[in-house]
Amino acid sequence: MITTADVSPPIIEMSGVTKRYGSFSALNSVSLSVSKGERIVICGPSGSGKSTLIRCINRIEQHDDGRISVDGVELDGKLKNIDAIRREVGMVFQSFNLFPHLSIVENCMLAPVEARGIPKREARDRAMHFLAKVKIPEQADKYPGQLSGGQQQRVAIARALCMLPKIMLFDEPTSALDPEMVKEVLDTMVELAGDGMTMLCVTHEMGFAREVADRVVFMDRGAIVEEEEPESFFSAPRSDRAKDFLQQILH
Amino acid sequence: MFDVLFRQAPDGQLYIDWIWSGLGWTLLLAFFGWWIAFVLGVVVGVARTMSNPVIASLGRAYVEIFRNVPLLVQMFLWYFVMPELLPTQIGNAIKQIPPPWGSFWPALICLSLYTSARVAEQVRAGIEALPSGQREAAAALGLSTGRTYRLVLIPQALRLIVPSLTSEVMGIYKNTSVALTIGLLELTAQARAISEATFQTFVAFAAATIIYLLLALCAYQLMIFIDERVRIPGTEVKRAKQSLHRLLFRKSGAST
Amino acid sequence: MNSIDFSIVVPALPYLWEGLKFSLILTLAAFAIGMVLGTALALVQHLEVPILAQFARGYIAIMRSIPLILVLFWFFFLVPIVIGYLNGTGRPVPIGATYTAFITFGLFEAAYYSEIIRVGLRSLPKGQYEAAEALSLPTWKIYWLVILPQVIRAVSPIILSQTIILFQDTSLVYVLSMTDLLGAASKLGQLNGRLVELYLTVAVVYFVICFAASQLVAVLKARTAIKTR
Repeated sequence: MITTADVSPPIIEMSGVTKRYGSFSALNSVSLSVSKGERIVICGPSGSGKSTLIRCINRIEQHDDGRISVDGVELDGKLKNIDAIRREVGMVFQSFNLFPHLSIVENCMLAPVEARGIPKREARDRAMHFLAKVKIPEQADKYPGQLSGGQQQRVAIARALCMLPKIMLFDEPTSALDPEMVKEVLDTMVELAGDGMTMLCVTHEMGFAREVADRVVFMDRGAIVEEEEPESFFSAPRSDRAKDFLQQILH
Repeated sequence: MFDVLFRQAPDGQLYIDWIWSGLGWTLLLAFFGWWIAFVLGVVVGVARTMSNPVIASLGRAYVEIFRNVPLLVQMFLWYFVMPELLPTQIGNAIKQIPPPWGSFWPALICLSLYTSARVAEQVRAGIEALPSGQREAAAALGLSTGRTYRLVLIPQALRLIVPSLTSEVMGIYKNTSVALTIGLLELTAQARAISEATFQTFVAFAAATIIYLLLALCAYQLMIFIDERVRIPGTEVKRAKQSLHRLLFRKSGAST
Repeated sequence: MNSIDFSIVVPALPYLWEGLKFSLILTLAAFAIGMVLGTALALVQHLEVPILAQFARGYIAIMRSIPLILVLFWFFFLVPIVIGYLNGTGRPVPIGATYTAFITFGLFEAAYYSEIIRVGLRSLPKGQYEAAEALSLPTWKIYWLVILPQVIRAVSPIILSQTIILFQDTSLVYVLSMTDLLGAASKLGQLNGRLVELYLTVAVVYFVICFAASQLVAVLKARTAIKTR
């Protein structure tokens, strides 16, 4: 399957990225290149560093060594650059992290109004547009506490999209959901992928990976062990660690 | 029994007027003291949660200083010591301010700063109780630190700490009594004055006690009202109707 | 700025030390009385003993709603009368300011200790009560041997923090002209005109004691937290 991803320059460039917690290395000289429009699924056992990897991209975590650059901007600790990157990168968290004291539409309007200076009316229209896209426009004036987990996560996706990012990061978006709500969130993500959004997803949902991913990145103990197209990864994983992992997951 | 209060005092007023005067000073001192304490407390409390070590340490020092010296000692420092530490002219000018204002202003400064340190700790606890995901989500959306605190963290923290802030409000009303040591004729001082003038000690103190109890009751009801008003939809907790009866017979135990 | 001369502090130290001793003794006495009575008040409420539980709740509500200074005035007026009544003489028996102060602070602090202990009683796992009952221990033994030791251990950091506050509150005996640390400084300062230096010294002494004590409590808190894991 040839996509625009094959011919575009990298939109995320990570080389030799290391992240330490004391003496423990969560990331060990990791290098990854992501092209515009590519959909990447990152998987691996817990503690493999997969969440840490994507959290370094928008500086939620700070890397200790190596280079990260996003859409040409170097992530070097300068506030100006961090801000520029965060405007182009949207993030969806495992525990949704909606702001409970604001209504759904206010959650979506907050960042465009306050961080981008968009006028309230335009921000509201944009919010309603994306809430419609994730299929819950009727909940606009409710509060997060009144919504189910699946609905909250979809709002979280809409909230991130309202900043019109070029890249979306997903950190185990369905891991905290009851099984019956996982599908509605995955469907939303599939649709997003269909629109051409560059996506990095840390997830255990292998069905989603099969359907949507251009590349599967398998990590273990802070390093990338395998990196290939989903079909070859699932049918014939090369490393033993990947084989063990798939055995556990697919049961 | 309380009819002694309606007798005439040596200064021509009724004794009950002494009570009202005392209550007036108590309310004045507590009301303004509280608002100053609240604003300062939020600022210092926020400072303590910031990642900048200098700001966080300044906040810590502020809190430790005002919390480890008794209120009465602080009152004396502001009343007796502060004018002496200032340049002679200013110090003398301050000492010239006639009572009651000469006592009121030091009492106000003292009480505000003392209470602000306690409020700061409540605010800090409230912010630290919020899930770290809130800060992360705001950061991921590109909100600056200032906006994150103003729009996301502080609104939630304040809602969390309404009950403990009520404790502090009650505390400041009780602590106004310490100002009697520097000559402010607030409610307790007047009760003592009446007891000394009429020898009706029980009545005098009982009157003051009843008023303080009513103030406490008002504070408690106000807290419930505010708590309900700022409640975030979707976080309803089953709360039985509060009443004096429940207060006495099923107390839920507020902390100091 | 008028001349500040800290040299008078050193010769004043023995007198200040007498005052500090009184503050510490008063704190200890109030702690002892307060803990005993506070535990009783907490138990009475926890076990929902009829009449006594209501009385306890009312007592605590009042003690926590009125200023300590007013409580001091009340007790110094009432205690001689009550003791005289209990003695059967019917006439007020002055027992001296010191013992009145012990009783007053003890009774006041009991209201605060009681709330802390009550929370401790409530948060102890029900299984503890059930296991002790299953072993057919009489109720008072259950509390004395099983429940209270655990509760006291669990809430001791908070009790200690409250006691530090109690230590600061003892300074209020000033309104009764008693010679605690602050009272000593005040009396001496009025004699030698060196109020500024003496009050500053007293502030520093209080700060050092209370800060050190609160740091110890923080260490204690960290230790007990680890043990329960």
